[in-house]
Amino acid sequence: MTGAAIRIEGLTKAFGPNRVLRGIDLDLPAGAVTVLMGANGAGKSTLVKVLCGVHRADGGRVLLEGRPFAPASPAEALRAGVVTVHQAIDEGVVPDLDVASNLLLDRIADGSVGVASARRLRAAARPLAEAVGLAADLGAPVRDLPLADRQLVAIARAMAHRPRLLILDEPTSSLSEAEARRLFGLIDRLRAQGVALLYISHRMGDIRRLADRVVAMRDGVIAGLFEERPLDTAGALRAMLGRDLGEAELEPAAGGRPVLEARGLVLRPGARPFDLVAREGEVIAVTGLVGAGKGTLAGVLFGTERPAGGDLRLDGAPFAPASPAEAVGRGVFLVPRDRRRNALVPDWDIGRNLTLPFLHRHAAGPFLRPRSETALGRRMVEEMGVVCQGVRDGIGTLSGGNQQKVVVGRWLAEPCRLLVLDEPFQGVDIRARRDIGARLRETAAARATLVLVSEVDEAAEIADRILVMAGHTIVAEHVNRALDLGAVMREAAEAAA
Amino acid sequence: MTARDFAIRYGFLLLLLGMVGLFGWLQPGFLTVPSAVFILQSVAITGILALGVTCTLVVGGFDLSIGAVATSALMLAAYVMVVWEMGALAAVGLCLLMGAGVGLVNGLLIVKMRVPDLLATLGMMFVLIGLQRIPTEGNSIATGMALPGGGVAQGTFSPAFLALGRYRLWDVVPLSVVFLLLVAVLVWVFLELTRHGRLMYAIGSNAQAAALAGTNVGAYRIGAYVISGTLAALGGILLAARLGRGDVASGNNLLLDSVAAALIGFAVLGASRPNAFGTAVGALFVGILLQGLTMLNAPYYTQDFVKGAVLVVALVFTFALTGRGARARA
Repeated sequence: MTGAAIRIEGLTKAFGPNRVLRGIDLDLPAGAVTVLMGANGAGKSTLVKVLCGVHRADGGRVLLEGRPFAPASPAEALRAGVVTVHQAIDEGVVPDLDVASNLLLDRIADGSVGVASARRLRAAARPLAEAVGLAADLGAPVRDLPLADRQLVAIARAMAHRPRLLILDEPTSSLSEAEARRLFGLIDRLRAQGVALLYISHRMGDIRRLADRVVAMRDGVIAGLFEERPLDTAGALRAMLGRDLGEAELEPAAGGRPVLEARGLVLRPGARPFDLVAREGEVIAVTGLVGAGKGTLAGVLFGTERPAGGDLRLDGAPFAPASPAEAVGRGVFLVPRDRRRNALVPDWDIGRNLTLPFLHRHAAGPFLRPRSETALGRRMVEEMGVVCQGVRDGIGTLSGGNQQKVVVGRWLAEPCRLLVLDEPFQGVDIRARRDIGARLRETAAARATLVLVSEVDEAAEIADRILVMAGHTIVAEHVNRALDLGAVMREAAEAAA
Repeated sequence: MTARDFAIRYGFLLLLLGMVGLFGWLQPGFLTVPSAVFILQSVAITGILALGVTCTLVVGGFDLSIGAVATSALMLAAYVMVVWEMGALAAVGLCLLMGAGVGLVNGLLIVKMRVPDLLATLGMMFVLIGLQRIPTEGNSIATGMALPGGGVAQGTFSPAFLALGRYRLWDVVPLSVVFLLLVAVLVWVFLELTRHGRLMYAIGSNAQAAALAGTNVGAYRIGAYVISGTLAALGGILLAARLGRGDVASGNNLLLDSVAAALIGFAVLGASRPNAFGTAVGALFVGILLQGLTMLNAPYYTQDFVKGAVLVVALVFTFALTGRGARARA
């Protein structure tokens, strides 16, 4: 460690009456990975936005290598060497341009690369791609790249600025294991080059693998700084939550009569057929790496994809939904992955987002009944524990965890036979995750519940049974009692290889 | 409520009131019933078209073919009565059917063939502009015109049809204004108070989320274009009834004027989204402005300039002011 690249002193920021940052003091040393933890609403994103020039601080100051640093715009922060890779990867790339143009975008924008042939552009871009280990075709449009490569493009572009501070905001949330490992290798190299890294993540695996120091934020202040080895992650968690969380204890239930029965289900041509029975009252977690086929399973059950073969039955009757509407009609509900893209209506308030799927319940003929809507909104906000002023709050004012409570709550409003949740804990802080998990188990009695997660510890937190998926088939099954999570993880990884 | 919130919410309505006051002060003839009736009549047709395009904007689409649908309805009505010598009812029915049909084709092109909305409706616009002139070889339709196949057209516009554009309730309120109010109320009720309207807004805001909530997104999209086409045909019928002949050159400004009205509507009451009330106010706003300027003897060629300026100001209201508000909340 070569001293503080960034020193933050007494930083404050308020939005109206809401004091989001209440005096942050923090050093970010060069050549070290500082992991920033905090429940949603703790002020992490605001801190990042001040550092990368989106917001201006109200008080306090930031020193970048000893000089005052108060960027008025993201471009200014970038020029000063503070580079941010956002969680939403597509904010960092231009999907329709090819890889080479994306890598050189900032130079094209500032005019130092003018009109050039495609070949010359590719030649200029190649070193940038190699520096981050990006193996993609430089002439391919970025939209055709897998997510992980798109993220590498964003990072490679950032590297062209010779960053002094690189901020990574939940960079692994949509990466597979192998892709994440490649990213970690890159982070190790940057650390060796003396870059200060600020890494925001909820994932314990990432934190154990990368962190030199862990900083916990709570309610707009630094609640704890941990830099002694071995890192006290439990202490950091406590500091972030302000209380002891304890392990979620659950008694696995056996389940009642079968709700969903799959016989010889083939998710895609060439995949091994498998059987699956989901019983009433049972919560089943299906875990596996990204690309293992969990998403396809969700799509088949909800009518957005067709299986390649096999037989599905719901309560004994044949079940082959051709559309989400048909699946919902049969009592199969899906909480989709990626709530921003697939679930939220961003212009709407909490109440309207809650009533979206069952709007006909709040209508007499075609006409809506606002009172019925508000009543349901209030009930679900209460039951799910959504932290808000009221059902009229815009959905965008909520933290990620509370948004997810709304998205889950929308489907808990009506009874169903089978509830499928696809990556319900993505971008959800640990406290909200426990709340949602507890609510799912409380309501599980009258239906079968299928939770698709790539994190094994999330599966262990909520499920009675854990199925391991790889190569679009189920490779192992465990009852969730005294499980060796490491072994389950290895099963998923090895079956995929 | 902060000053900015107030400006976003009521700014445009205050501007409208201020404008009325200013014109009334400068030109005493402005604040009279005949002047008000004239304004309403001048915006009736664009208003109806604008309410249709509002429905397509709500589902995140756009209908560029409305102007062409309206003029096609105008020509079709004239053709039905003058050449085929049929009655008012047949003319109105066929025109509405034609409008709905065009909307259906637009919707199918966009939803089933996946043609982007602007391109599909632009293509439809060209098709219709050409098609409406083929039967008469590019000529306007009027009684006594020579037909391409020989002979002379004998039919006339039926009085019942002409009344649609010319009759005045109590000798004051033109029927077309009544139609505008009726359509505005119906579209408003549909979009704001029914679950279908709610789902259409959901589609416009996040179609993927609406689909995964079990909404039949394709059907609603197609429905929006059918509404748009039908209302555009209604506008064309009223235009034909007012003109009393099938004039190939009329209706040039319909598309741009009605789109402008719908977009100005975004700024009314700080809605920041397409909405029926805003669209009606937007149409009225443009009408009042033009009538005021005409009474003040501003030359005709300033009209487009003024309309454009109003549109730009309204869009600034919508996007700059509310956009900044949104960022402060984040």
